Amino acid sequence: MNILVCIKRVPDIAGSVVLDDTGTGIDESGLGHTMSSHEECAVELAIQTAAATAGTVTVLTVGPTEAVEQLRAAVAVGANDGILVEAADPSVFAPEDIAQVIGDVVRDRAEAGQTFDLVLTGDDAADTGDFQVGIRLAYDLGYPALTNIQTISAADGDSGTGGSGPAPGGGERSSGRIEARGIGPAGTEIFALDLPAVIAVHEGGVDPRYPSITGRMKAKKATIVEYDAPEPGTGNPRIRLELPEVKASSVTILGEGPEAAPALVDVLEEIGVMRP
Amino acid sequence: MTVVYVETDPAGEVTLTSAEAITFARQLLPDGGPDTSREVAAPPSGSPEGVVIGQLSDSAVAELGRLGVSVIHHLEHPDLAEYSAAAWAQAIVDITPESGTLLASGTPRGMELMAHVAVRTGQRMAANVIGADEEGLLRQVHGGTAFERLRLDGELHVLTIAGHACNPEETTPVTPEVYDYELDVAEADLATRVQRTEAEAADDASGLTSARAVVGAGRGVGSENGFSEVLELVDHLGGALGVSRVVTGLGWRPHAEQVGQTGSRISPDVYIACGISGAIQHMAGIEGAKTLVAINSDEESTMVQRADYAIIGDLHEVVGAVNEEIVRRKQ
Repeated sequence: MNILVCIKRVPDIAGSVVLDDTGTGIDESGLGHTMSSHEECAVELAIQTAAATAGTVTVLTVGPTEAVEQLRAAVAVGANDGILVEAADPSVFAPEDIAQVIGDVVRDRAEAGQTFDLVLTGDDAADTGDFQVGIRLAYDLGYPALTNIQTISAADGDSGTGGSGPAPGGGERSSGRIEARGIGPAGTEIFALDLPAVIAVHEGGVDPRYPSITGRMKAKKATIVEYDAPEPGTGNPRIRLELPEVKASSVTILGEGPEAAPALVDVLEEIGVMRP
Repeated sequence: MTVVYVETDPAGEVTLTSAEAITFARQLLPDGGPDTSREVAAPPSGSPEGVVIGQLSDSAVAELGRLGVSVIHHLEHPDLAEYSAAAWAQAIVDITPESGTLLASGTPRGMELMAHVAVRTGQRMAANVIGADEEGLLRQVHGGTAFERLRLDGELHVLTIAGHACNPEETTPVTPEVYDYELDVAEADLATRVQRTEAEAADDASGLTSARAVVGAGRGVGSENGFSEVLELVDHLGGALGVSRVVTGLGWRPHAEQVGQTGSRISPDVYIACGISGAIQHMAGIEGAKTLVAINSDEESTMVQRADYAIIGDLHEVVGAVNEEIVRRKQ
């Protein structure tokens, strides 16, 4: 099964944030960057699934030149190659723009002979939290979409590869069937889905692996295909960013160590949460 | 017109987050919504309408009436008995006005359905909205550490409401009119239908999101076997255990217990954070807690600084002593 995983470079925020001079973005100058947590799991899920089906994993991102770091990080843990759609400021793109850009790349790669049986995204990005790109991409490609998925496997021993009908861009459309499992309101929901498909992954089903030394070496030499992002079709409806009101600490220190326990129990009794 | 997609739990009752979304619609989108560039039509009363898919219990109708829902659009069809995002979204599209505001709570279901609806109606969607005024919508970004002010255009505005953006409040009760629909469900929209559901206690986060008391545990517990005192406190309070992402990442507890940006968002009467430093992603999940208690050895930690009450010290020693004190008082 050949899998495309769409990831996003996001600021790694540990404390409070500062807005940039425009007021429409955050000042990232003092921040590290990473990929969103759901996408870390999507990469891991892709690597496991590709290994089980003798397939490949390609990672894609729409972002600035520096986003190649996240692509190479994915290669270091087992992805085969990467695609960078260079956009100096991805924040000007709306979710529908990003989906369109990715869809165009999928079609272009299909014309070049690289087809994907499965496209994975994260459920949403840690920065924008839009929760739409995977679904909008699925509609753009004409594929079925699932979200909130934590594990996948080829159904009934199906390798998930093969050909039946045209793929986007005129290549051969892949066939196969997978089982996907996600957490629903009443328990684990199991889906059976024909490929190709788009699946948005939710953190928690797999543990992302750490890169090995050989993985890091491989990542340095990995092939990264580059595209230039087009002008966003719709653009971001953002007016500006705002920061929450900073509240002065008003903590009441009940004490130190075990001796403070009675004071806390007093508070719990006052709130009324003690079980009779 | 403001229409709310209403989620019901397996017992057929209106979920807490849907009650919040209805309250949001009633209070923050009065008369059909904020005065943005959109031209939103709405009934003069500003009362929202609801959409329910699947079984509609009498108690749910009554609850929606107490929440001020004047009209319930009820969709029940054998092909909708099992969840399929595409089919359910199309059903919502079929009965939703072409203009106004359509919103749902920001749960996985609500997010997924509204995204499908947005695509199928050719509209934008704003996720995790927490406010609306004459300037536009306000929504959470960066895990709640920043807000995005945005303006949607288009005739139909599709929103999801961030968990605990407002408290659910009942209003002057109304008797909702219930409209039942006969629908055609396209076979293609059933490709993503749930095949089966396996109910497992480890997957159930409903107790966490509805508990009045949640005891949180972070890396500070030390190991997979370090939860005994914390679990005893959970039991004393009849509450639920919530853990940080580090804990689930280490495999000490299941993901269903994770609280935070990529876990559950909770709104208990009290949240007791034990050995949790207060990473932004975790704080995003506990914004709704009415009282925050920190038990932490680091007085300067974010969790202590943001708490209402704190005890400085080793969590095992402190929580153990709290348990002993509770037992002593019960005797």
